[in-house]
Amino acid sequence: MTPAPGVTISGQASLGGAQLFAPLTLSLAAGQWTCLLGGSGVGKSTVLRLISGLATEAAFEGDITATDTAPVADRVAYMAQDDLLLPWASVSENIQLGARLRAEVPDRARLARILARVGLVEHADKKPAELSGGQRQRVALARTLMEDKPVILLDEPFSALDAQTRAAMQDLAVEVLAHKTVLIVTHDPAEAARLGHAILVMTPEGLTSHPPPDGAIPRPVDDLGTLECQASLLRLLRSTVS
Amino acid sequence: MKYAPVVAATLFALLVWQIIVSATGLPKFILPGPMLVAETWWDNRAIIAEHTLTTALEVLIGLAIGTALGIATAIHLASSRMARVLIQPILVFTQALPVFALAPILTLWLGFGLWSKVAMAVLIIYFPITASFFDGLMRTPQGYLDLARTMQASPSRILWHIRIPAALPSLASGVRLAAVYAPIGAVIGEWVGASRGLGYLMLLANGRAKTDLMFAAMLTLGVFSVLLHLGVARLTRNLGKHGA
Repeated sequence: MTPAPGVTISGQASLGGAQLFAPLTLSLAAGQWTCLLGGSGVGKSTVLRLISGLATEAAFEGDITATDTAPVADRVAYMAQDDLLLPWASVSENIQLGARLRAEVPDRARLARILARVGLVEHADKKPAELSGGQRQRVALARTLMEDKPVILLDEPFSALDAQTRAAMQDLAVEVLAHKTVLIVTHDPAEAARLGHAILVMTPEGLTSHPPPDGAIPRPVDDLGTLECQASLLRLLRSTVS
Repeated sequence: MKYAPVVAATLFALLVWQIIVSATGLPKFILPGPMLVAETWWDNRAIIAEHTLTTALEVLIGLAIGTALGIATAIHLASSRMARVLIQPILVFTQALPVFALAPILTLWLGFGLWSKVAMAVLIIYFPITASFFDGLMRTPQGYLDLARTMQASPSRILWHIRIPAALPSLASGVRLAAVYAPIGAVIGEWVGASRGLGYLMLLANGRAKTDLMFAAMLTLGVFSVLLHLGVARLTRNLGKHGA
């Protein structure tokens, strides 16, 4: 696979004439995790939808470019808080949804590898309703992996999970998404501090870059630097609440 | 036992019926009692069975054709904005017409046989099936559509692999509704002009003041409709399950 490109989105967005976010430039470093942290309604998800080429209610003026100058939208895989598993399809069928939707021959060997990697081999033929929340999110992660896209957009993917499952999912995601360009949108300072190679705080005024803690991701949950970063991010978020 | 309340309610209704007949002393050609109706039903079981078979055939063919047409229309409407603009107003307009008024003309066009009744059943169930399936097709969760879009899916494959399966529970409820309406359509057709079927038998019995036979035929129709509804509900159970 060709190396993942960096992605830059620069511009501004308005919603019904009112400004949604001020002119900003958001750069995702190639092969790195960028965390976009912010409260509700600041346009985090809009940024994500713009990059994935999905329709938004906001009007966007600006550019979305990749460092290798090829178009971005068709090289993006997307994972949301809602696992979006099709309830009538099995785990395997859900993971292979992309191939089915593009009328491609599914890659059986690749499916088997990914099932093993996310620990779902014994659940391959089950329906989503038979799985726990954490297992369902692992299926969604496997489906994202199956797409084999260089740019991964994660929209609060773990926020509906309990604390220990969330930490386990963060570890797994970092492991399986290595070398991809990842943008994770979150409202959780702890998640940003654990996972970001770069951390950006989004407010209606624009983006503020926050230095990440030292150390490789996923950073340990009990690392002092990570905890300090988390506290500092929370202070920053609270200071911007009007 | 699961059916105990149904049995109890039925027995109670029969009891009330019998009490009314005994208390008022109405002549049997005005209101026959349940015992007389049961007796008449038994004595005429061969005739009733024959006419039931005719009506059942009309209903089942009508149900099959109406469902197929409804599915095709709903898919067509859901996949084409042009179709929605052109066809939807016509569809709603036709619903404002009383289907009953069409029965004589259908008999004129299609004859006194099976097909004018099938056509009535089709007409009466076509709209509920189309409307409920179309509604389901237009209410696909946005998240699924977004996901499919990021997977570079074409509209036709999104329709086939996501929107249609997601709308099957809506189709199932439409078909269950249709199973209740279809016998009404067929019987209306038989009323207007027929030589067979439960509707014909009811009309005939009524004309000869054989009210007991009329009741026997009517109750048979009722039982048939309930059984049809139960059968369709069972058949469509798996269609509707995944939505939950």
